[in-house]
Amino acid sequence: MLRFTLTRLLQAIPVLLAVVTITFFLVRAAPGDPLSSDKSMPPSVLRALEAQYNLDQPMWQQFTGYVGNLLQGDFGPSFKYPGRSVNELIAAGLPTTAELGLYAMLVAILIGISAGVFAALRPNTAQDYIPMSAAMLGICMPSFLLGPLLVLVFGLWLDWLPISGWGDTPGDKILPAITLGAAYAAYVARLSRGGMLEVMSQDYIRTARAKGLPQWVIVIKHGLRGGLIPVVAFLGPAFAGLLSGSFVVETIFQIPGMGRLYVQGAFNRDYTLIMGTTVLFATLIILFNLLSDLLSVWLNPKLRQQYQGSK
Amino acid sequence: MASFFKVHHRVHIFALLILTVSTLTLGGCGSHESNVERGNSEKILYWGNGTEPQELDPHITTGVPEANIQFALFEGLVTQAPKTLDPLPGMAESWSVSDDGKVYTFKIRKNARWSNGDPLTADDFAWSLWRAMHPKLGNQYSYMYYPIKNAQEFSEGTIKDFSEVGVSATDGNTLVIELDNATPYFLGLLAHHSYYPVHRSTIEAFGEPWERGTQWTRPGNMVTNGPFRLADWKLFKHISVRKNPYYYDTDKVALNGIQFIPTENITTEERMFRAGQLHVTNELPQDKIQYYRDNYPDQLMNKPYLGTYFYRINTRGTTNKALSDQRVRHAISMAINRDQITKKITKGGETSSYTLTPPGTAGYTTTSPLEYNPERARELLTEAGYPDGNGLPEIELLYNSSESHRKIAVGVQQMLKKELNIDVRLRNEDWKVYLASENAGKYQMSRASWIGDYLDPNTFLDLWITGGGNNRTGWSNKEFDSLILDQAPAAQTQEERFALMKKAEAILLNELPVIPIYTYSTKYLVHPSVKGLDANLLDNPLFKYMSLEDTE
Repeated sequence: MLRFTLTRLLQAIPVLLAVVTITFFLVRAAPGDPLSSDKSMPPSVLRALEAQYNLDQPMWQQFTGYVGNLLQGDFGPSFKYPGRSVNELIAAGLPTTAELGLYAMLVAILIGISAGVFAALRPNTAQDYIPMSAAMLGICMPSFLLGPLLVLVFGLWLDWLPISGWGDTPGDKILPAITLGAAYAAYVARLSRGGMLEVMSQDYIRTARAKGLPQWVIVIKHGLRGGLIPVVAFLGPAFAGLLSGSFVVETIFQIPGMGRLYVQGAFNRDYTLIMGTTVLFATLIILFNLLSDLLSVWLNPKLRQQYQGSK
Repeated sequence: MASFFKVHHRVHIFALLILTVSTLTLGGCGSHESNVERGNSEKILYWGNGTEPQELDPHITTGVPEANIQFALFEGLVTQAPKTLDPLPGMAESWSVSDDGKVYTFKIRKNARWSNGDPLTADDFAWSLWRAMHPKLGNQYSYMYYPIKNAQEFSEGTIKDFSEVGVSATDGNTLVIELDNATPYFLGLLAHHSYYPVHRSTIEAFGEPWERGTQWTRPGNMVTNGPFRLADWKLFKHISVRKNPYYYDTDKVALNGIQFIPTENITTEERMFRAGQLHVTNELPQDKIQYYRDNYPDQLMNKPYLGTYFYRINTRGTTNKALSDQRVRHAISMAINRDQITKKITKGGETSSYTLTPPGTAGYTTTSPLEYNPERARELLTEAGYPDGNGLPEIELLYNSSESHRKIAVGVQQMLKKELNIDVRLRNEDWKVYLASENAGKYQMSRASWIGDYLDPNTFLDLWITGGGNNRTGWSNKEFDSLILDQAPAAQTQEERFALMKKAEAILLNELPVIPIYTYSTKYLVHPSVKGLDANLLDNPLFKYMSLEDTE
């Protein structure tokens, strides 16, 4: 298991290096530059700004300089926000995004697994169709529609919940978490239903039934562990995705997170901000994929045996 | 057992869902006082500010959101009257102007203080201007200092010695500024953030004076001189300013503070306003304007704004030869029904524009040869060798990706097809790509706009001098250049100067490298409890005069 983990971590190094290299040159190849604005600036001003951001250096020198700083954990200064380092911007946005992602994931797991298991217990009946139809609706309904709808009903009509902000009042996290978590809940519901259906037809479940175990023990103790493997495999990359932030949800609810940073970085050609958020996102994907693989191994006795080399 | 499970399981699931929802909902209950209610009782103004400010350093920033905050934090030598923008004493309690209009002598208030209690002197202003013009700083507003003697040379690095620049502190409270020419709008410039003073020892404590983006603008570090001082800055969340007790006029400042909220999305912002989260919004979605006009006209700020929406034309003939013919350009202009654009498309109180300078700019209004006249447009097109549009190559209209620009472009596309049988192809690009295309001259006709920096026609006309960075049309006219660069600045009276400006604008409108479409208007919401927020042409928020009154 330790060897597996170390191997995967070592494999991540060339992947990250490739991400850095490709993104660095792609971003610079894109038309438009970070210093341009609708107001023209005198050439002397432009030269001063270029010197400040090392844009007056040859490309290879800019690249090696960037990688050198990156190895020291320095993402460099933002172009759009003079005086703010990209590290600082990420440090400001990431905790908020992580918190939102966590709540959204909680919504997804609670609602998704409950609905999926509930549907799998009586396949092809109303008990199956209703939650699965709702799940399909959840997958199909985009957050830019669901968010404003929730705001309209719970915020403006009923006046139960705040409609924007983050951390100002206890309730301002509810609507964003539901909006962001709904689509994930729908996926989790479909995956857990599929997983449970497969597991509930296994021999060992039949044996458990034959032994006279109550249904809830069979489902929770024996069924869930195997039935949730597809969900676990999905949750890793999903959580990494959540941590990259959701531009739409953050925009609708005025949340100071990573999603807006990422998108604005691209629009503003903020080279260092794009690089920083991309490298961070790539690292998160690698880490969470590894975590979900480790969790899958732990949940699946066959795989566990394979990696541990013993029963 | 099975049936028990079914019931048990359903109860379990249901209970889980109820638990989740109720926990979350209960969390939401409690004190449900809106920002507006709280703000009214605490005298804190909640201000929708568009975007997160890039910086707060007045010698670096260029945007409106930053300028709004700087209006609260800083004050220049002069300030402005809320409605008319007439110059009023600011940090300078008085000033005198030499007979030739070239030398301004300012007397700094004896009770002028920085927000940390330090006295503010004429030296502070002189040092601030040195820093603001320093070539290494990269101040994009360096052209704002050009009326000052040798300022352009110093900011471009051709003069190294600042003593050659027309700025000097003759004693602790006397500042003398010498100009190249009489510049009637100079006092107006002094209210702009590029002329604000900055606290020398604070800046030097955090780096070199010309170093951009040091820590001097952070809460706890920043020292300013305006009615408010920086209290808190949470990235992408809010910037809080609180009343500055050292401000010379602090007793007259009614607000205790302002919360600047970065509201990126105008739809969200409007909802925040409805929910009582904001006193003032930055903008208003186009589709909501009529609703507020009909139902809450007292909450809608919809007044003229010193900005012109226009189409640039690449006159070089490199991308579309026909556009190098001014008859074709006039035909296009005459075929555009501006009233239809403002009444049917933009619908935000904009007015059709036939001049580049908005009428009434500091008393300047010029006549225009432009009109909506499709009949004459067709004649002109025939004269140019394109009867009924035949032989005229398809025109490409470039605009930066935005729904409102797209709608206007589609409108113009249809008008030109209907009236002149000209085919127009639309091309939209994201902001940075669009800028690159315009700067490189890789366009035929492109959407553009200009918001005045100060209250004078010069801010709209000096864009079009030969080779000017904002020209981008390839258009060049020696007489126009001479009028703007030499003759108007040397004029002895404002009347004479305006007459020369009108002459210059007549040349511009005759040759038409740009087609004015409409004059802007402000479109935002103001809660009835906000008093003293007067509309002015530059839409400058003069917080010093604002107050909050309970409307319950």
